Amino acid sequence: MASLGLQKLSKRFGTSLAVDDLDLSVNEGELVALLGPSGCGKTTTLRMVAGFLPPSGGRVLFDNEDVTRLPAHRRSTGMVFQSYALFPHMTAAQNVGFGLEMRGLSGAERGVKVEEALKLVRLAHLAGRLPRELSGGQQQRVALARALVINPKLFLLDEPLSNLDAKLRAEVRIEIRALQRRLGLTTLLVTHDREEALTMADRLVVMEAGRVRQIGTPRELYDEPQDAFVADFVGRCNILSGRRESDSQFRSEGGLLLPVETAAKESKTATAFALRPERIAISPHADGSIKGQVEAVTYLGPQTEYLVRVGGEPFVVVRQTPGPNEALSSVKPQDIVSLTWDPRAPRLVPQAST
Amino acid sequence: MPATKLATMTERLSLGRSAMPLLVAIAYLFIYAPVVMVVVISVFSQEIVSFPPPALTWHWYANAWDKPEFLRGLIASLEVAFLAAAVGVPIGTAAALAIVRGDFKGRGAISTLLLAPLAVPGVVAGSGLYMLYVLAEDFFDRDIKATTQGLVAAHILLAIPWTVRLVVASLQGLDRSAEEAAANLGAGPFTVFYRITLPMMRPGIVAACMFSFIQSFENLDLSLLLVGPGRITLPVAMLNYLEFRIDPTLAAVATVQILLVGVLMAVTDRFVKLSRVV
Repeated sequence: MASLGLQKLSKRFGTSLAVDDLDLSVNEGELVALLGPSGCGKTTTLRMVAGFLPPSGGRVLFDNEDVTRLPAHRRSTGMVFQSYALFPHMTAAQNVGFGLEMRGLSGAERGVKVEEALKLVRLAHLAGRLPRELSGGQQQRVALARALVINPKLFLLDEPLSNLDAKLRAEVRIEIRALQRRLGLTTLLVTHDREEALTMADRLVVMEAGRVRQIGTPRELYDEPQDAFVADFVGRCNILSGRRESDSQFRSEGGLLLPVETAAKESKTATAFALRPERIAISPHADGSIKGQVEAVTYLGPQTEYLVRVGGEPFVVVRQTPGPNEALSSVKPQDIVSLTWDPRAPRLVPQAST
Repeated sequence: MPATKLATMTERLSLGRSAMPLLVAIAYLFIYAPVVMVVVISVFSQEIVSFPPPALTWHWYANAWDKPEFLRGLIASLEVAFLAAAVGVPIGTAAALAIVRGDFKGRGAISTLLLAPLAVPGVVAGSGLYMLYVLAEDFFDRDIKATTQGLVAAHILLAIPWTVRLVVASLQGLDRSAEEAAANLGAGPFTVFYRITLPMMRPGIVAACMFSFIQSFENLDLSLLLVGPGRITLPVAMLNYLEFRIDPTLAAVATVQILLVGVLMAVTDRFVKLSRVV
């Protein structure tokens, strides 16, 4: 396994910049996720790493060795495609063996390795099947085995779970992560699904319009987003624009005074207040300083979501679903409730458009 | 919605549902009636067809077998069709690759030009080629008009548009990420083409071979002016026969022709499901 370095990488399509001056390093054995809305340049970046697209500028380094000009077939990366991209005319075993064949391994050597790789993804019994005779989940595992069997320098995953149903997705997510840890694979994962990114990655890169917004661990990004875009993209968030009133208060554009305690320097210039829905406590009594009217109560099973309008501003509050005897269980639309939070919970950040 | 309106709608729906098989049956009748007629007539015993036939006979098949021009015509037709497909399909495939994969100006124009022969009536194209061949014969000082090569060259014009059309369609439907996956696994451009692209194009190419072959095999109008003595194709031989006699011998020959094409399609269908590519 190798480490990956991207230096001032950029890609221009005509007049538009798909990727703009991207710097990133992925350590050996680390899983880094590129997260962002479609069109943010994450897939373009992955394709430049794989060698399918020539960069317009910057360098791609594998183990500090410049591979920017190396064609895809000499880079030795193992990629899992969104569509799986299995060879439709070859059996599962032939698919997995293809990369080994290209490396000049004899039939006997290939047989052993192919079987090992298929065992790794628990598909040894379906080695002779054609891709169209396999289910989506099985095809995906063939694609995984095919990428891993060549002992790639880098493991590249392009939205690998987007074609699976929700239940299978959760399973495969854990499976891929376990495999990645066990084999120590240096991995670059592209996804637009924040849950996927948060649960799988060691570090996340949030991208927007070809630029990196923030790089950090899932917890850093979730708890300490640097701007409103990141706050909103990595999880649900109540974002109110306004300005800092004092060391302990934020005034929203609607005139609400919100308790906040932040000493961070950057918060002086902050124009947005960001607070996660689960950090807000809700009380059925109208005795707090922040009062609002319940607009909707949505039961989600383990959690319940309340939409509360406070002086014109909607707040989303997520709480553990109350038991039948708890006071909260009687809260219904039109009720007046109070909201409270730890003043250290909100973040004051710049607006997304920086 | 008022109940009565709903009732009329359901009624109409069920009417439509029962009319469907009938419409399908009419369509099949329309398509197959002429074919069935030809086959039926070929075993009628009398020369001028009338119903009901006095007796059934294999006489006309024997009669066709006795006329050397039909067997020779069949062999000539098979030869020309085979050669035209063998030359035309690779050319058409290469053109289709350039049209779909190439990155140059004028691809649209090339595609239109290559499909254009489909729009030109065969007789017109045939006479045009005839005149061209006459000129070329003067220039190169050798026979072209009445030769197998001349005829094959003309029939390649039938093969190319069909091939371009079918192979372009199959290329457009092809998942390019499979090729990228192969490159990712270490295959160079040539290996990717040979091991991945070409096999994935196979259904389109097989269909193109079959259509090119059939187009050439049954072609009459384009060939009419270009055949020479001793190299008369089966459709032209049939027309020649028709000029002197009308009897079910032609029906017998046509039945053999239909059988051949049918077998060809059935065999092809075993390798690629034709309904998927056409």
